[in-house]
Amino acid sequence: MSDVSFVRTEMLPEQAPPASEVGALGWIKHNLFSSWLNSILTIISLYAVYYVLSGILPWTFQSVWNADSLNQCREIMLENWGSTHGHACWAVINDRWLQLLFGFYPSHLYWRPILALILLLVALAPVLYSDRVPTKMLIFSAIYPFLMVWLMWGGTIWGPISAALGFVVGWGVYTIVSKQLSGLFGIILGVLASVIWWLFISSYFTSAMASIIPIGMEAVESRQFGGFMLAVLLGVVAIGVSLPIGIVLALGRQSDLLIVKYLCVGFIEFIRGVPLITLLFVASLLLNLFLPPGTNFDIILRVMIMMTLFSAAYMAEVIRGGLAALPRGQYEGADSLGLNYWQAQRLIIMPQALKISIPGIVSTFIGIFKDTTLVSIIGLFDVIGLASAIRADTAWNGIYWELFAFIAALFFVVCFSMSRYSMYLERKLQTGHR
Amino acid sequence: MTTLTDPPKEHFRLSMLLYDTRYRSATIQVIALIGFMLLAAWIISNTIQNLEALGKPVEFGFFGEPASYDINQRLLEYTSRDSHLRAAFIGLLNTLVVAVLGCITATIVGVLVGVLRLSNNWLVARIMTVYVEMFRNVPVLLWIVLAMAILIEGLPAPNAFRGDNPTATMDLFNSVAVTNRGVYIPEFLFSRGLGDIHLFGASSIRFNVSLDLVAFLVVLGGSIFAMRKISGWAAAKQEATGDRPTIWHIQLGVLFVPMIILLTVLGFHLGYPELKGFNFKGGTHMRNSLIALWLALSLYTAAFIAEIVRAGILAISKGQTEAASALGLRPGRTMRLVILPQALRVIIPPMISNYLNLTKNSSLAIAVGYMDITGTLGGITMNQTGRELECVLLLMLVYLCISLSISAVMNWYNNRVKLVER
Repeated sequence: MSDVSFVRTEMLPEQAPPASEVGALGWIKHNLFSSWLNSILTIISLYAVYYVLSGILPWTFQSVWNADSLNQCREIMLENWGSTHGHACWAVINDRWLQLLFGFYPSHLYWRPILALILLLVALAPVLYSDRVPTKMLIFSAIYPFLMVWLMWGGTIWGPISAALGFVVGWGVYTIVSKQLSGLFGIILGVLASVIWWLFISSYFTSAMASIIPIGMEAVESRQFGGFMLAVLLGVVAIGVSLPIGIVLALGRQSDLLIVKYLCVGFIEFIRGVPLITLLFVASLLLNLFLPPGTNFDIILRVMIMMTLFSAAYMAEVIRGGLAALPRGQYEGADSLGLNYWQAQRLIIMPQALKISIPGIVSTFIGIFKDTTLVSIIGLFDVIGLASAIRADTAWNGIYWELFAFIAALFFVVCFSMSRYSMYLERKLQTGHR
Repeated sequence: MTTLTDPPKEHFRLSMLLYDTRYRSATIQVIALIGFMLLAAWIISNTIQNLEALGKPVEFGFFGEPASYDINQRLLEYTSRDSHLRAAFIGLLNTLVVAVLGCITATIVGVLVGVLRLSNNWLVARIMTVYVEMFRNVPVLLWIVLAMAILIEGLPAPNAFRGDNPTATMDLFNSVAVTNRGVYIPEFLFSRGLGDIHLFGASSIRFNVSLDLVAFLVVLGGSIFAMRKISGWAAAKQEATGDRPTIWHIQLGVLFVPMIILLTVLGFHLGYPELKGFNFKGGTHMRNSLIALWLALSLYTAAFIAEIVRAGILAISKGQTEAASALGLRPGRTMRLVILPQALRVIIPPMISNYLNLTKNSSLAIAVGYMDITGTLGGITMNQTGRELECVLLLMLVYLCISLSISAVMNWYNNRVKLVER
C-alpha cells in the first residue's frame, strides 16, 4: 500500500470571476438583461429614451437666443438649419425673463423682492438648520414678516410697525392679565386687545406717526405684482401663516371640548371638500361682500387670506395624523409629570408629532406652492397668466413650448429641492432604531 | 380611631368657571360658540347690507331663465334655450365624466408605474422615477394648458385627411380620427334598437335611458352571475373529488354567447367618423378640452398614485416575499396573492384622497374651456346673471356633496378590505 492520497492537500489559487459577472458587463447583465422580459423592457426603454432625447436635445441646444420676435427667430432658424421645426426660440425667455420673474413690478425696485428673498433665507436659517445657526437669529425670523411686507409693498414703515405693535399689545395684556387673573382670561383679553388695536387704533397710529416721522419707500401697488415672484410670495405667506393655524385646528379637532371640536371639523372638512378655485372665486368676488360696506382691500391680500385658510385645513389634517401616530403613553407620561395641557403640548407632544408629520407638511407646502398658479384663472398675472399675456403680444404670437419649459423648470427646481430637503430633515431627525 | 366625615360640601363660586377644570371646559366652549356666532352674524349682516346697497337680494329665480349659451361637449341633449339649471346639470355630468375617466386612467397608469419603479431593471426604474418627479413637481394647471397646446398645435387639422395623398391618416383600421379639433371615435348604433325611455319629463334633469344599454347590462349581469355559479360548482366538485373540472371554455361561452346573440338581434354596428365638408361627421366627438383635461389630470394624479403604490409595496416586510418564494410561488403570483392584498390596506386611504384631489382639480377645466360645473355654474351663468353669491355658494355645495360621496364610498370599500385585527 502506498500512501498516495487522492485528496488535495492545498487550496487551488482563487480564479477571477467570469467576465460576464463583474464589472460593467456583469452590471448590465444583472440590471438590464436578467430575463427575457427585462431584456424586452430594456430595449423598449432604450428606444423611448432615444426617441425623446433625439427630439428634445437638438430642440434645446440648436436654438436661437437673440431675436426680437418669433418671425425673426424663424428667419434665423431658416438661415442656420434650413427649417423652422425642431429648434427652440429661447429669445422669448431672453427678452421677457425679468417680466416672467417679477411681473409688472417697477424695474428700478427689483432689488426689493430680491432682498426680501435673501432675507427670507436668512430668517429661515435658524428654523431649517437649527443645529448650525445661533438661536438668537430667531428674533430676526420674528421681525421678518413685517419687514417683508414693507419691502414688497413699500410705503410708510409705520404700517408694518403698527401691525407688529398689535401683537405686542396683545402679548402685554396677556402677561398682565394672566398674572393677575388666569391664563384663559389672559388669552381672551389679549386677543381682544390685539383685534381692537388693529381695527380701531392702528390706522390713527400709522397716520399720526407717518406725519411726525415720515420714513418710507416708494409704494408699489398690488396689481403690479406678478410672475414667479407672486407665486413665491403667495406660497411663503400661505405656508408660514397656515402652520400655526393648522396646529391650532388639529388640536381643536383632537380636543374633548365638543363645540370646539365640531367647529374645527366643520371648517376642515368644508375647506378640504371644495376645490381651491372656488375659494379663489370667493376671494375675488365675495370676500368684499362679507366685510363692512366700504371696505375694499386689495385682491392679493384677499387671495392670501383664502390660500392661507385653504392650506391651514390641509396642514391640520397632516398634523392630526402626526398626533394620532404618537403612542398613547406619551400623553399619559406628560400627564403623570403634572404638566398642564399647553406645557404637555409644547414640551412633549408637538415636538414629536411635528417630526412625524414632516413629510406630510412638506408635501402640503409643495402642493400649495404649485396651487398658487391657479390665481391666473381669477385674472392675476402669475407666470401662467403672463405666458398668455406674452403670447398675446404680436411679436411673440404663437410661442408655446419655450414659455412652458421655462415655467416648468422654475417650479421643478423649487419643488424638487423642497422635497429633497424634507428627506434630509427626515433622516436628520430620525431617532428611532433602524 | 378615625372617623369618616363627608368632604366639605363645595358651593359653586363664580371663579370656578375659570379655575376648576370641571367647569372650565364649559366656559371655553361657551366662549368659542359665542365668538363663532358673533363672527357669523357679523358676516351675514355685512353681506345683507352690501347686497342691499347693490340691489341684489338673494334669490334663485334666475335658474329658470334661459341660459342662452352653448355647451359643445355634453352627454345629454341641451340647447341654448334651456334653463341655467339644465346647463348646471349638464356641467355637473361633465365634471363627473372627466373625474371618472381620470380616476380609472390614473389608477391604471399609477399602479403600473409604481410597480415598475420597483423593477429590478435599472433603466425602467430610472425612467419611471423621472416620470414621477417630473409630474409631481410641476403645477397641474401647467400640464393642462400644455396638453391643450400639444393637442391644438401638434395634431393634424381635419383637412390634412383629405385628398388623394393625405398627410394624415385615421388610426386603428380607419376607425379613429385624431385631429386638432378633437378625437372622433366610432359610436355604437343599433339598427333594430328598443328605443329610449324618457325620465323626468321636461324638468331640468330630464334624461333618456337607452333600453339597448339596459338590455345589454341585464344580459351581462346574468352571464356574470351564471359564471360565478359555475365556478362555485367547480370548486365544490374540487372539494369533493380532488379534481377540478375544466371550466374555462364554458365560462367564456356563458359570457359571450348571450351577449353576441343580443347584439345581433338588436342589429349592433359601429358608426364610423367620416370626413364630410370641412370636418368629420358621425362617430363620437371628444373635444380637445376634454382630452387635454383627462390626459393631464390622469398623468398628474398617476404620479402621486405611483408613489402611494410603491410605498404600499415597500411597507410589506421582505419576509412575506421570502415566505411566498419558500412556498414555491412565482413572482407574479407572489405579487397577486401575497403582496398586493396586504399592500392594499396601506394604499387605499391615500388613494381616496388622490381621487378626491383629481375630482377637485377637474375644476381647472375652466382654463381650457371644458364646460364642467365650474365652467357653467361658476363661469358663464355667474357672469351672465351677476349672481356671484348664489352661484359660488351652490358651486361649493355641489363639490362638497361630490367629495363627501366619494369619500363615503371609498371608506366603505376600505372597511371591507381592511385587515381585521383582534
